[in-house]
Amino acid sequence: MKDNRKTDGISRKERVKKILVKVVTYLFLSVFALAMIFPFYWMLISSVKTVDEYNLSTPTLWPHDFRWDTYLTAFTGDLDLGRLFLNTVLVGVVSTLLSLVVTVLSAYAFARLEFKGKNLLFGAMLATMMIPGELFTVTNYITVSSFHWIYDLKEGPTFWNASLPYLSLIVPFLVSVFYIYLLRQNFMQIPNELYLAAKVDGASDLKYLWKVMIPLASPTLITITILKMMGSWNSYMWPQLVANDDLHRLVTVGLRGASFNIAGTNLIDYPLQMAAVVLVTVPLLLVFIFFRKYIMRGVSRSGIKG
Amino acid sequence: MSHKKSNRKNKNLKNQWKAWLYLTPMIILLLVFTVWPIFNTIRISFLCRWDEDLGAVVGYDYAKAIQGVKYQFGFNNFINVFTTGDSFLIALGNTMLLTVLTVPISTMLALLIAVALNSIKWLKKFFQTVFFLPYVTNAIAIGMVFAAMFGMVWPTPAKPPTSVGIINTIIEAFGGHYINWVDRGSPYWANIAVLVIYIVWNALPFKILVLLGGLQNVDKQYYDAAKVDGASRWRVFWRVTVPLLSPMIACVVITGFIGGFKEYTSVVGIFGDGMGPTGANGSLNTMVGFIYNYIPHNQGKASAAALILFVIIFIVTMINMYVSKKKTHY
Repeated sequence: MKDNRKTDGISRKERVKKILVKVVTYLFLSVFALAMIFPFYWMLISSVKTVDEYNLSTPTLWPHDFRWDTYLTAFTGDLDLGRLFLNTVLVGVVSTLLSLVVTVLSAYAFARLEFKGKNLLFGAMLATMMIPGELFTVTNYITVSSFHWIYDLKEGPTFWNASLPYLSLIVPFLVSVFYIYLLRQNFMQIPNELYLAAKVDGASDLKYLWKVMIPLASPTLITITILKMMGSWNSYMWPQLVANDDLHRLVTVGLRGASFNIAGTNLIDYPLQMAAVVLVTVPLLLVFIFFRKYIMRGVSRSGIKG
Repeated sequence: MSHKKSNRKNKNLKNQWKAWLYLTPMIILLLVFTVWPIFNTIRISFLCRWDEDLGAVVGYDYAKAIQGVKYQFGFNNFINVFTTGDSFLIALGNTMLLTVLTVPISTMLALLIAVALNSIKWLKKFFQTVFFLPYVTNAIAIGMVFAAMFGMVWPTPAKPPTSVGIINTIIEAFGGHYINWVDRGSPYWANIAVLVIYIVWNALPFKILVLLGGLQNVDKQYYDAAKVDGASRWRVFWRVTVPLLSPMIACVVITGFIGGFKEYTSVVGIFGDGMGPTGANGSLNTMVGFIYNYIPHNQGKASAAALILFVIIFIVTMINMYVSKKKTHY
């Protein structure tokens, strides 16, 4: 009897402690979750406030009057977001397609074919991943200049003069050792028997690659596509260096470089600026919602962002 | 027999030829944009000349070199990086300060959040999604949001600001006094505080993902054993969880240090490419920012700075690996 009560007491104490720990855990997570979400919330509600409301001495947590013309101004005003989107999508799509071709071909050679110096070459490629990109950037700037891939403002927009700068945004980043590594790992998981069976059936290597390997490795190819597209969307440093002109500017460079000042004052039109930020961020969030699984796959294998 | 052997040899040779064909596009691109830059960047980091007009030694500039200007071999670019003005030392100091502050804070926080996430069932998926959100965003765009949150509306510099911004309003609601975080005349420590908050916010998702992945693979029997011994939660955290997670912690610390030394876009996002608050351009410059400043007109100096950055990252990574090898319990 006595003993029973004692254990009851302990278990009640334990239960209270357990509930307390749960409450603290959820409280802790909620506070930080709020901190994670708040910038997104602030960006969204600020984008539909009037300038006067945004500048109130006590900021409002929910807009009194909604206005949507900021979103239109982002496209029609000085920012010219449509042009920036077009450039970025063009560069993103072309570089993704070309990069996929290069990556698939080399990953296939490394995974399936035998040749002298295979391991040496692959090891050397992995070693280049340790070198910070800035070291390449200095010489690549010289290289694209010597190819005349940097827009010459004096010559004006002739066809070649206007097209070549896109190459400087695309070509230097077509090879990613990380993507080749990722796809090679995936290709190597495909059993060799399939290859031998295809050989018996008289299929060529290319046909086998196209009909068997690529469909089987499609999750990895989707991951590469998403990371590469996101990379173009978010790239800032190199495009700002080689293509910071009205014709070739990419979206992130345009967003940061634009002046959102209200004419005649030194005040920033924050609602307009936040609307532009929303328009740049929403495509990324949509990709995240629909392709979460694929993004996670790539992320968990590297610290590479985009 | 010999016929068969030569047949196989022929086939291998044929495959070799094919393999190199498949590799050709990759190899050409790699040679031009990766291998050549390694050699050339080292080469031009040693090229400089005496400039009569400036009365100083200047580094290699491609635009001048193709016009026939000659450059000599020397160590001046490396000396110039450290001695001409103090901009590199400022950049070096900022970069180190940001790295030393953000890596421990973000690793510790990520560890706590990952452990908390691992211990719950209800709403787990929701929280996981929320904590991954910053990963997919554009560092420049969200940096501008942080600037708006910490910034003030200050139409006439002579008078006090008309609005102190949302973060300051929250501080005032808790009885504090508003702080000039990012605007004209803002103190250095406030700038760094905003940058640290933003960088940690940005770095958490990757770290949480890696650490949570590690936690989910931990064998439950260690915890059962600890429970039998009656160890407290705190003790279990330090004596069981942290040692078992040490390989993942080493991973996020090493990538954190490398990322920290390459910090640049978070500063541009919040302060613009002036790399500092209005009126104090360059005060928050980083090493990568320094390199990019010199790329257009002084590639010699940019190369020297890039090599110094490489050496620093290399040494720090080696130290990290050495320490983690000693401290990793696996």
